[in-house]
Amino acid sequence: MGLAPEELEVLWLSLRVAFWSVLVSLPFAVAVAYLLARASFPGKALFDAVVHLPLVLPPVVVGFFLLLLFGRRGPLGEILEQWFGIVVAFRWTGAALAAGIMGFPLMVRAIRLSFETIDRKLEAAASTLGAGRVGVFLTITLPLALPGVITGVLLSFARSLGEFGATITFVSNIPGETRTLPLAIYTYTQTPAGDAAALRLSVIAVLLSLAALYVSEVLVRRAARRVAGEDAVG
Amino acid sequence: MLSVDIERGLRDFRLAASFEAGEGVTALFGRSGAGKTSVVNAIAGILRPDRGRIAISGETVFDSGQGIDVPTPKRRVGYVFQEGRLFPHLSVRQNLSYAGLFARGMPGSEFDRVVELLGLRDLLERRPGNLSGGEKQRVAIGRALLSSPRLLLLDEPLASLDAHRKSEVLQYIELIRDEVKVPIVYVSHAVEEVVRIADTVVLMSAGSVLAVGSAEDVMGRPDLRPGEGKFEGGAVIDARVVEQDIDHDLATLAFDGGTLTATNVDALIGEPVRVRIRARDVSIALDRPQRISIQNVLEGTVAEIGAGANGIVDVAIGVGAATLRSRVTRRAAEQLGLKKGLTVYALVKAVSLSRSA
Repeated sequence: MGLAPEELEVLWLSLRVAFWSVLVSLPFAVAVAYLLARASFPGKALFDAVVHLPLVLPPVVVGFFLLLLFGRRGPLGEILEQWFGIVVAFRWTGAALAAGIMGFPLMVRAIRLSFETIDRKLEAAASTLGAGRVGVFLTITLPLALPGVITGVLLSFARSLGEFGATITFVSNIPGETRTLPLAIYTYTQTPAGDAAALRLSVIAVLLSLAALYVSEVLVRRAARRVAGEDAVG
Repeated sequence: MLSVDIERGLRDFRLAASFEAGEGVTALFGRSGAGKTSVVNAIAGILRPDRGRIAISGETVFDSGQGIDVPTPKRRVGYVFQEGRLFPHLSVRQNLSYAGLFARGMPGSEFDRVVELLGLRDLLERRPGNLSGGEKQRVAIGRALLSSPRLLLLDEPLASLDAHRKSEVLQYIELIRDEVKVPIVYVSHAVEEVVRIADTVVLMSAGSVLAVGSAEDVMGRPDLRPGEGKFEGGAVIDARVVEQDIDHDLATLAFDGGTLTATNVDALIGEPVRVRIRARDVSIALDRPQRISIQNVLEGTVAEIGAGANGIVDVAIGVGAATLRSRVTRRAAEQLGLKKGLTVYALVKAVSLSRSA
């Protein structure tokens, strides 16, 4: 199954967008998950709802709001451009932003669940051995939440690869810049004689998703064994 | 070494504990729910009292009046929890050296010493999930010891172990007590454990301290019966092994007032042991009995006859400097004409005496 150069470009772009969307959103997701799992503050329910909004909103709506906020004349878009020199509107970075936001609730949910199942008595034990709050988090809480972090990362990665509505609304469908896998498949289906290419890319999408699920399963099992305190096998 | 004077009021449970603990092993003894764990949690800084003061080795770590509340990591208190609480994602070696990550570690020579002392050498590369209960507690004790503690807190460290593992881990705790000069606070509701290892006993009930004193005094008091029916009045006697009759599996123990023959004493000649003689295991005779199976016949004088209830009286018998207690029926006491100062013979079956009894 040979791929045309522009099809390879689509694949490469999609992986890059998904990779960066996950990498950048991970620290935020860990922080938000920790807050939701451990802290209690006024407005927590509302905060929880806002975090989960992308899961239930039509993706087009998310994309539209992103356009309003992060467009070149949007309030956040101007700040990003002036202070950091980053332009996201109609760039692949914008596709990564859209994908990251759409995958965010999935990532937060998985990590939060992991935080909630941790035996907090272990954290108290760590504090008697000299670990402060940060020390406890880095040596006990986060390592024990690893299965959830892995699950969250792969769910969000897979979600990013499949992101369509928010992306096309926010950054349009520019070949080589924002035309990710789902957008390319859509484009081919709208093109005369594009069916073969659409099929090839769809098969690739299926294989990528399967691979992501498989890798996630293997990693989670390994991490689960580890946090259960079992000896390494093999 | 340790000074505690704290109060904490919860809706249905009020804790008010005040005691001082010195060198050696101080036992917090009392039934479940007496507030023992709350006290050690307050010492460790895990639980915050409403009022009061806690000082460890002269340093005030909590004082509500002066607004002092040293956070747990800075208190330098080693804590061994009932369930061990080993970190499951770390190897035994990493668990043991965990405190080293936070400037609470000890030099490698000390690591080796503790590993040898607790017999952990073969476990170092294992993970906690596959250790037996006894092994887990040994690692937990080692981990606490290797955090440069000024004080070691052991909260019912044997509670989740079977009888065999209990005695094994208890031996290790005795080893630590003798080899490592760190004061120990030992929480337990088990009479045998407290009698065996405590120097000082703090007796707690319903959130307050009923008595503080030496193990012989507190555990020998007949009026203190906090246990769930398991604690019975009796005497606690400090003795020393003078003879081990291997053929008969009997040990002869010398104490201030004579010798005792006991079974099942796993100690070497010369070693100090503490035996507890339950009052119901002691009979009284006016003459030295002949042709009798009882191995321990101790001459003494009646020191006190308790008020008694339900047809039963407790009689205190002075034997040398020690005091035995005998629980007999009131009718027996009348028939013998027991009164203060009368010379009597206390009869104790050797089989009722064992180190763990």
